[in-house]
Amino acid sequence: MPSPLIAPITDVLRDFGKPRINRAPSPVLAVSLPWLLVMLGSLSPTWPVIASAPLVPPFGFLVLIAWQQLRPGLFPVWAGLPLGLFDDLFSGQPFGSAVMLWSLAMLVLEFLEVRFPWRGVVLNWLGASGIIATGLVLALLIANAGGGSAAVSILIPQILFSILAYPIAARLVGAVDRFRLIPIITV
Amino acid sequence: MVSAPGNRRPGHSRRAQYGTFFGYLIALGGAGIGAALLIVSTNDSAAFAGARTAAEDGVAPVSQVTAKGRTESQSLLAVIGGYFTRGSRVAQLEREVSQSRVLLAEQAALKEENARLRATLGLTEGELKPVAVARLLGSTSSSTRRFATLGAGANQGVRPGMVVRSPLGVVGRVIETGNSTARVLLITDTESTIPVRRAQDGVQAYATGRGDGTVQIKLAVSGLNPFKKGDAIVTSGSGGLFRPGAAVAVVVSLTPDGAIARPLSDPGMTEFVVVEPIFDEALAGAAATPVGGT
Repeated sequence: MPSPLIAPITDVLRDFGKPRINRAPSPVLAVSLPWLLVMLGSLSPTWPVIASAPLVPPFGFLVLIAWQQLRPGLFPVWAGLPLGLFDDLFSGQPFGSAVMLWSLAMLVLEFLEVRFPWRGVVLNWLGASGIIATGLVLALLIANAGGGSAAVSILIPQILFSILAYPIAARLVGAVDRFRLIPIITV
Repeated sequence: MVSAPGNRRPGHSRRAQYGTFFGYLIALGGAGIGAALLIVSTNDSAAFAGARTAAEDGVAPVSQVTAKGRTESQSLLAVIGGYFTRGSRVAQLEREVSQSRVLLAEQAALKEENARLRATLGLTEGELKPVAVARLLGSTSSSTRRFATLGAGANQGVRPGMVVRSPLGVVGRVIETGNSTARVLLITDTESTIPVRRAQDGVQAYATGRGDGTVQIKLAVSGLNPFKKGDAIVTSGSGGLFRPGAAVAVVVSLTPDGAIARPLSDPGMTEFVVVEPIFDEALAGAAATPVGGT
């Protein structure tokens, strides 16, 4: 028996998105949430983790790949340009690294989409793993060209973590996808 | 199983066909723009510093809160862990205290002697006054470059080149400053090289980051490798950027031409760090390679 004080709030929560007839998803949420989620992932260097070795998966990149696999065509093919620009502001990589790598990744994903229109979990994970591993190695080479001199072997733990973290990112994207399409606007 | 949504073919609409075509064109152009930006930024490390620092300033208020949460949650875990290891640690600490008493007595004697010798030479004790005390807000966690963001910037008097230190040892040095944040090149970054010496006898060496949380100690003059596991490495002060005698790292394993050492200050575990002024302005200016980065 909820107290009368909080009853209205629980009612609102319970009925959130419940009446489905003549309701439509909010266009603002439906369009903006995918972009915001990728940008939130790009902000991971400001999360409360200070790592002395590169271990944390590139969350922005993982989320972008997951969106592209779950909803091909939701992002325009050129989305890697603006999103990569944002990522470069925080990642510590030489400026332009993510702009280039993310644009190329979008083209590769588009190719995979056309080549394998029917994909299961395994094929999605395999494709994403390939793109993530290639992306991390290329990012290291770019960072080395910009003044670093790290060995490729230090990436092995990070690549493993990223591949293992990909299904979690895909799950998160799935949850946000359901949320953004809840019909809440009366039409 | 997922299949492609059916409506992705543009059909006969010219407009839609052009839309798809230009989409691909911009995507390819994006890769080209990225490459162009890279050429600019790898040749001039200060390019785009303005945009970067402005972005860091923008998210700093949130980062301040999360940084506070980080240190608190870590100390909570340490408290829980402490219950499990208490007995053996008390015994160990008692042993260390009895050893330390002896060392302390010797140290006091040395200090007194040192003061006497300094007085005869007419040297004054130059203690560096910290420029700022701030939190480390975060670090580049997925890039192989190791930068951290400091919660103090030009407004607090932080300038590029200044040394960032925790109570345990050197953390890194400032390379870019925003208004309220600054970017710190950690000593574990592969571009960071600091002149060091072995604490007990002053063997000169350089400590270069390896990008994986350790530093490579290279002898300044090649010869027989004098390092042993457990050697303490401190800054030597040559070059003028770092004051001499600040703790840096402890040797954990040996290589043919030096050693691999683990930094004493884990930047993730330190709550506050101190920004010190450049030790010897004239000397550092003469060396004058503005520290690189990105």
